Amino acid sequence: MSLFDNSIKQLEQKLHNKEIAVSDLVDTSYKRIAEVDDQVKAFLTLDEENARNQAKALDTETPDFTVHPLFGIPGGIKDNIVTKALRTTCASQFLRNFNDPLYSATVIEKLDEAKTVKIGKTNMDEFAMGSSNENSSFEPTRNPWHTDYVPGGSSGGSAAAVAAGEVVYALGSDTGGSIRQPAAFCGVVGLKPTYGRVSRFGLVAFASSFDQIGPITRNVADNARVLEVISGQDKMDSTSANVDVPAFTESLTGDIKGLKIAVPKEYLGEGVSPEVRDSVMDALKVYESLGAEWEEVSLPHTKYAVATYYLLASSEASANLARFDGVRYGVRSENAKDMLDMFKLSRSEGFGEEVKRRIMLGTYALSSGYYDAFYKKAQKVRTLIKNDFDEIFKNYDVVIGPTTPTPAFKIGEKVEDPLTMYTNDILTIPVNLAGVPAISIPCGLSKGGLPYGLQIIGKYFDEGTVYRTAHAFEQATDHHTKRPQLGGASK
Amino acid sequence: MADISSDQVKHVANLARLAITDEEAERFTKQLSSILEYAEQLNELDTTGVEPTTHVLDLKNVLRKDEPKKTITQEEALKNAPDKKGDYFRVPSILE
Amino acid sequence: MNFETIIGLEVHVELKTASKIFSPSPNAFGAAPNTNVNPIDLGYPGVLPVLNEEAVNFAMKAAMALNCQIATDTKFDRKNYFYPDNPKAYQISQFDQPIGEHGWIEIEVGGKTKRIGITRLHLEEDAGKLTHGDDGYSLVDFNRQGTPLIEIVSEPDMRSPEEAYAYLEKLKNIIQYTGVSDCKMEEGSLRCDANLSIRPIGQEEFGVKTELKNLNSFAFVQKGLEFEEKRQEKVLLSGGEILQETRRYDEKTKETILMRVKEGSDDYRYFPEPDLVPLYIDEEWKERIRGEIPELPDKRKKRFIDELGLSEYDAANLTGAKEMADFFEATVEYGADVKQASNWLMGEISGYMNKHQKELHDLALTPESLGKMIKLIEDGTISSKIAKKVFAELVDKGGDPEKIVKEKGLVQISDEGQLKEIITGILDVNEQSIIDYKNGKDRALGFLVGQVMKQTKGQANPPMVNKILKEEMDKR
Repeated sequence: MSLFDNSIKQLEQKLHNKEIAVSDLVDTSYKRIAEVDDQVKAFLTLDEENARNQAKALDTETPDFTVHPLFGIPGGIKDNIVTKALRTTCASQFLRNFNDPLYSATVIEKLDEAKTVKIGKTNMDEFAMGSSNENSSFEPTRNPWHTDYVPGGSSGGSAAAVAAGEVVYALGSDTGGSIRQPAAFCGVVGLKPTYGRVSRFGLVAFASSFDQIGPITRNVADNARVLEVISGQDKMDSTSANVDVPAFTESLTGDIKGLKIAVPKEYLGEGVSPEVRDSVMDALKVYESLGAEWEEVSLPHTKYAVATYYLLASSEASANLARFDGVRYGVRSENAKDMLDMFKLSRSEGFGEEVKRRIMLGTYALSSGYYDAFYKKAQKVRTLIKNDFDEIFKNYDVVIGPTTPTPAFKIGEKVEDPLTMYTNDILTIPVNLAGVPAISIPCGLSKGGLPYGLQIIGKYFDEGTVYRTAHAFEQATDHHTKRPQLGGASK
Repeated sequence: MADISSDQVKHVANLARLAITDEEAERFTKQLSSILEYAEQLNELDTTGVEPTTHVLDLKNVLRKDEPKKTITQEEALKNAPDKKGDYFRVPSILE
Repeated sequence: MNFETIIGLEVHVELKTASKIFSPSPNAFGAAPNTNVNPIDLGYPGVLPVLNEEAVNFAMKAAMALNCQIATDTKFDRKNYFYPDNPKAYQISQFDQPIGEHGWIEIEVGGKTKRIGITRLHLEEDAGKLTHGDDGYSLVDFNRQGTPLIEIVSEPDMRSPEEAYAYLEKLKNIIQYTGVSDCKMEEGSLRCDANLSIRPIGQEEFGVKTELKNLNSFAFVQKGLEFEEKRQEKVLLSGGEILQETRRYDEKTKETILMRVKEGSDDYRYFPEPDLVPLYIDEEWKERIRGEIPELPDKRKKRFIDELGLSEYDAANLTGAKEMADFFEATVEYGADVKQASNWLMGEISGYMNKHQKELHDLALTPESLGKMIKLIEDGTISSKIAKKVFAELVDKGGDPEKIVKEKGLVQISDEGQLKEIITGILDVNEQSIIDYKNGKDRALGFLVGQVMKQTKGQANPPMVNKILKEEMDKR
């Protein structure tokens, strides 16, 4: 039994009662990392000296959790979230030496105020482009449930670190499913907040109109607590919304009587494996038993989501990643003899294959003669997909379906075929196109011992209901208590 | 339309300032063609009169007061530069 | 064959807000390189732009002053291109919804008034500055990055380099009046690119145009266009073809030199900036800004003529720069005579400024002191000649003209008895001059006046001296 099998609330109690010290928590993190991270590869950079010093300093303080809700809690930070004086690479060779980004993301400042302890920066698909962590330019993260399998992506390092018990929570980012899909593959809880709920200032942009930072945790209550800390309008982010941040943890009442659940037929149709479908049906039975009602509905434009997403996200990415030009930070090719070389060679040597592919796709979709046919068309279809959700939410409280069509796949299984890899994100992408919040929670294990994720989608800024729905399921089942046996397939 | 040629791929790579080999051009041509072919399915939808979505939230007029503030020093500004000279960032010149 | 010249201008004007358009870094000219920058200006990973309200207000003000219609719904777009001074490799600009459209200004050339259309005015960010070395390297300073900039695109309405010059003068004057920019070409706060084409007279269709860059003064704009006009004519007359080129003006050789031939149009891949939300400019906002625009040069000139009775020439000169017109009006408000105030400003004061390369605000002279001094001339306390001495003091050190006059004993002698006594004394010792005067030699009177002035150190009231001299000589 690890200290990290406790919820944050339980850890708070233990710290409060002086049963444990912050140093014990930080020690647990680094010990576990030393034990298992050779296999998992969840971390790219550790901040051990600072973390241990901070722990010592915190241990001289009397914790007040109402003011510092993450006092002494060890967390991991996805490596596309900028940390002052701590290397931030986005798992890209281009930023391998980016040791001091000069400033910290707004979420980091909020976490610091909450007195969390940052253990290190977690591995990911390069610039958050990928669904398997195989696109990390350093080394792929592995699924703690079975190290031959991918942990999902792009926040694979964050999900794996939490699943492997290396940290209590981790921040991820979700552009097309990058929090929920790895959370599902690793059997943990991952939430993508409503677009505009959490500041993007300091999140290295992949697709600006989709990206959101969110928490990955072992249980719903912990997740709600971390979201409370990182949410809120930020004057540095024009797209962050001026809406109240409710106490999400207080919405976890366990009472979902009369809750109206919509189950889109498109989320259980072709391409979704029978065992995944069964896991969702089992979950719906649990909900029925808790007094909720569910009905099958249709989100008719779902099949267009993947194409829409890849055109729009890649277009935005083609501009967002143009700043990596070898002038002000990052690497410059040693072979650059003139200005054009500097741009082309630095970028070609610094970026991996998938990043280049998406930049190419996005550049093409925006280029003269193709803008209307691809980019603008996709923006219009995005409106239709958003309307699908608006319609459903007139009559239902939440939408429920699987997070992914299948459980985790084997490393190397899909790398040769980008399109198949893309279409696998069909169930998470529509949520980002609409901007609504969604969570993935564990809802069982496959015969091969790999977790399934249940996805609960809510109305704009209604993370409270999403959490309440997720929490009620968690209370009624024991899926979230299952832990991977590192080293091979669990029984 | 989905038929993207190798020349187009090279043109796009140039716009994006990516140096790609012939072999990469060939591979990207194949992959981008199949992705674009997949994207063709959007044409099944009649989007006449549908407004394009750039922002999912209906926010307007987010503005900042005109108050100047310095946050970093010149030394910090130049700290991460791959090449610098004195007070400046340095880059190779354009080939004449 | 005779040709007609078609000119359109693209003018960039930096707005003098306190901070940059999308970051709080100071917006200031002349700081040490890379000191007025922050991670936002440097395009660091993860940073986001936040729009400066004042930049929007300034752009609206300029657009309104140029008679543009102000957009109600407007937004920003990304213009994508790689260059070392463009840190994000996209410039945040406005593509299809500029803040202002369909404007115009009136110019006067050869005594005729002509209206020049303004297609659009949009708001964007300036880039950093790249300095090319001769060692194979270039140096980048990002201080200028993020300076708010308006781009003003004219219609191809100008028909001569002279009209282009007049347009620039007028545009600069109007924008300076609004107070949103200094429009200093030497500091780069006003920059101009020009498009020129020619076509045989009578032809409807435009000819192929060339774009002129590196035009560092209004004079160079005119000279560059004049050269280009002739060059194109020569090419066409010799059976050649004009290519769509970008050319730069070389100040030494006074020629335009080919920079590059354009192949099609540049592919900037504009798309809506997802990091900034749209702007909705309602009537209330528009009216508030409209209310802040001061009287503009044309209206002011008309008022100076109609209400103050100035000549067309004087009114045009005085309203040619806002500072001058403001100074003039304030001087008049202090009670100075209109014509005197105008003469002093356009004469003595402008001469002084030209000689010392100074602007009005550099002088110690204020409208109050100038006004007072003019009043002293009018009420006869000092002569115009003495006034020049007072002015010399005021322009360098400032102060109260009355005090200066008193302290230096410069008060004009207008006492008839006192003057008569002095004149009698002078006539007594200059009998020959009296004879000469009576023999009709006018020079003699001048000589005697000079003697009086010499003795009174220039303080004698000249008309009185003349009068008394004549009276006294007639008696003898």
